[in-house]
Amino acid sequence: MSQHDNNHEHHGIGYGGLTLVWLGLLALTSITVSIAGISLGEYTLFVAMGIACVKSILVVNYFMHIKFEEPIFKVFIGISLFTLVVIFILTYFDISFR
Amino acid sequence: MSQSDQAITASGDHGHEHRDDIGSKMGMWLFLFTELLLFGGMFLAYGYYRYLYSDEFHFAATELSTSIGTLNTVILLTSSLTVALAIAAIQKGKKNFAIFNLVVTIGFALAFMVNKYFEWAAKMHHGIYPGADELLAKSNGEIIFFGLYYVMTGLHGLHVVIGLVLLAVMLVFVIQDKITKDKYVALENSGLYWHLVDLIWIFLFPLFYLIQ
Amino acid sequence: MANGTVALEEKSFYEESTNRWNKGILAWIFSTDHKRIGLLYLYGISAFFLVGVLAGILMRLELIAPGKDLFEPQFYNQLFTLHGVIMIFLFIIPGLPAIFGNFFLPIQIGAKDVAFPRLNLLSWWIYVVGAIMALISIVLPDGPLDTGWTFYVPYSVRSGTNISLAIMAAFVLGFSSILTGLNFITTIHRMRAPGMTWFRMPLFGWSMYATAWIQIIATPVVGITILLVVLERYFGIGIFDPTLGGDPILFQHLFWIYSHPAVYIMILPAMGVVSEIIPTFARRTIFGYKAIAMSSLAIAFVGYLVWAHHMFTTGISDTSRIIFSLLTFIVALPSGVKVFNWVATMYKGSIDPKPPFIWVMNFIFLFSIGGLTGLVLGSLATDIHVHDTYFVVAHFHYVMFGGVGTIFFAALYYWFPKMFGRMYNIKTANIAAALYFVAFNMLYFPKFIMGYMGMPRRYYDYLPEFEAMQQISTVGSWLMGITMILIFGSLIYSMKKGKKAHKNPWGGVTLEWHIESPPTLENFHEIPTVKTEPYDFSQLKEMDYESK
Repeated sequence: MSQHDNNHEHHGIGYGGLTLVWLGLLALTSITVSIAGISLGEYTLFVAMGIACVKSILVVNYFMHIKFEEPIFKVFIGISLFTLVVIFILTYFDISFR
Repeated sequence: MSQSDQAITASGDHGHEHRDDIGSKMGMWLFLFTELLLFGGMFLAYGYYRYLYSDEFHFAATELSTSIGTLNTVILLTSSLTVALAIAAIQKGKKNFAIFNLVVTIGFALAFMVNKYFEWAAKMHHGIYPGADELLAKSNGEIIFFGLYYVMTGLHGLHVVIGLVLLAVMLVFVIQDKITKDKYVALENSGLYWHLVDLIWIFLFPLFYLIQ
Repeated sequence: MANGTVALEEKSFYEESTNRWNKGILAWIFSTDHKRIGLLYLYGISAFFLVGVLAGILMRLELIAPGKDLFEPQFYNQLFTLHGVIMIFLFIIPGLPAIFGNFFLPIQIGAKDVAFPRLNLLSWWIYVVGAIMALISIVLPDGPLDTGWTFYVPYSVRSGTNISLAIMAAFVLGFSSILTGLNFITTIHRMRAPGMTWFRMPLFGWSMYATAWIQIIATPVVGITILLVVLERYFGIGIFDPTLGGDPILFQHLFWIYSHPAVYIMILPAMGVVSEIIPTFARRTIFGYKAIAMSSLAIAFVGYLVWAHHMFTTGISDTSRIIFSLLTFIVALPSGVKVFNWVATMYKGSIDPKPPFIWVMNFIFLFSIGGLTGLVLGSLATDIHVHDTYFVVAHFHYVMFGGVGTIFFAALYYWFPKMFGRMYNIKTANIAAALYFVAFNMLYFPKFIMGYMGMPRRYYDYLPEFEAMQQISTVGSWLMGITMILIFGSLIYSMKKGKKAHKNPWGGVTLEWHIESPPTLENFHEIPTVKTEPYDFSQLKEMDYESK
């Protein structure tokens, strides 16, 4: 049987660290809201999505503990996200060349 | 407790009683991927129509209130923090602090839904809902925008409600000591679900409320 | 063992319940034992399969002569939709994973059960709920749905039949499929016996692993698509309604993003079963173990990238048509790798042509025809000519029925003695296999020719020049019906009256052949420690098996 460690070593970052991450998320939210008012032309969407991605990385790594889980979990997330991205790109080949 | 657990696993006793926290979390993550792809399909539809109706989408989005959207973002982010704190607290055996954080999380979830209610009610009051004459008088791109808006925020709202119920059950379990310092994977998994709800909103927010 | 006394009595799982009912139906429908759940699926899925067969035979009967013979056109439309929906969602998608995956995956990796036994039971219940919803949609006043199994918009938004209930049934069935998938992935990652490394896992396990990933990643996409159609019907949200600016082609994208990978949910487990049966009957280790294992993953992955080849004639952009055509050819490669490795395994083996092996030979022949005609459809120019004709119908019946359906029977014949502890009549099984081969080709091969000549699919009527071939096909469907009666009749008889089977009647070496037939509740008296690769036949000398 593969290793069954139910030993409860908590890595994680404690109350202080979690609060810090939360402050970071709030800061990013205020940035994305204030940037939305400025017209960046074509880049608006990319900037907004970029900030959303950074926020997600924070949530997934710290709130959802992925940084401290077994590596296989990261592989799983990679597989799912990669599939999603591929689906988007291939659909884009249809509508943007019609 | 933890030692006897391991003894049972090592002796290869009853498959039904054996406990594998990493396995449970793995199952939960796999379930989260299905949620990710469920919303992924919606985001694909959004991207598809945003490409086709770029100008109408920008115009339609002016109807949405950035301040309510921002408020709800802050609410969800904070509730994500409190649920993470609740897990950290239970790991340290601080039952009361965990209960406090769970109660706060549930409170935030309710606040989110109340906000959503007022937001939708205002829209509907102005005749912006699928099938309304006022909406049908608008351009196709705007109809689609609001169709997507209702479906995506509605589906997300449904997930908030499910998460809320899940966390309420966890709260009861913590109070009854069914979730303890040594056995808290159910709370962790509910927390993961709640964070997913937050993650979806992190993307919904700029796509609907910030594209004026 | 902590309670060794119980284990030593060697009660089979038929005699030991996991819940508080010892006997009766409640001990089954609330059982968390993976073997009982597998059998529950077997009974349900077989029943629906026979209903689907019946619908198919009725369709062929209507086509025996041009013009109206038996039914109104509307009823014919509902018949082919019913045939498709039942065969796809209730038979072929859950078929191999839910029956044989449930029963044999845990045993083959040396586990006592799946990772989440209660979730496993839940997913069977969800299957039942979905099936009941589908059945109710048939009998409600507005009539069964008539859109074809693909539910294309805008017709599925407009049709007055019971669309919403029927497609929500598909949604619910998808949920069952997802839960099975996540259970299997976790089981494979966490429950393998000591020494059972990834590359000592039987190939059926590999194929189930790849399948489970598709179930998890692809199924939600069709879930949301179905929800959108239902919302469109009730609220008019506009997303799939062209009059409100919606694009029906988006529906087809979303639908095929699931439904093409779903083809691999069907075929991958079948390929896994083939990789089990061939070494056992060739008495030889599988040729190219790693290549077969990896090609399962490759098929699962590349299978995601080809969905728009179902949409070549719908008006998608030329760029995407070229890209998807190219990707479609690439997906043929890993399938080819498998076929070559199977054939190479048989080379210089000492082949023992028992029924499961003969069924696998059926599979290789029929599936090769199905696969090669797939290339005709994957290529842009030829697809324009044959799209939406009988050619397509013939192609996917050769792949789905000739591929997965054939292996459903092969797996049944291979594992029957293990599941029920009894043996069937070998001669009857051989006759059934031969009859199946004749019936199958009579039924479907004329459709390649008719399709090439321009006979469109799903038509109620046809021109007189197709009459001869339509009749050959209809007679083939009768022969197929007889074959089914022969197969199910003999197997049901053997379940009760067959002679007791040896625990290893074929001389297989994977873990399921080391345990009792039928297995005990926890499969193993002691969790085994695996020391060899899965198909190491040198261990057969020390094993107890039925030799000729």
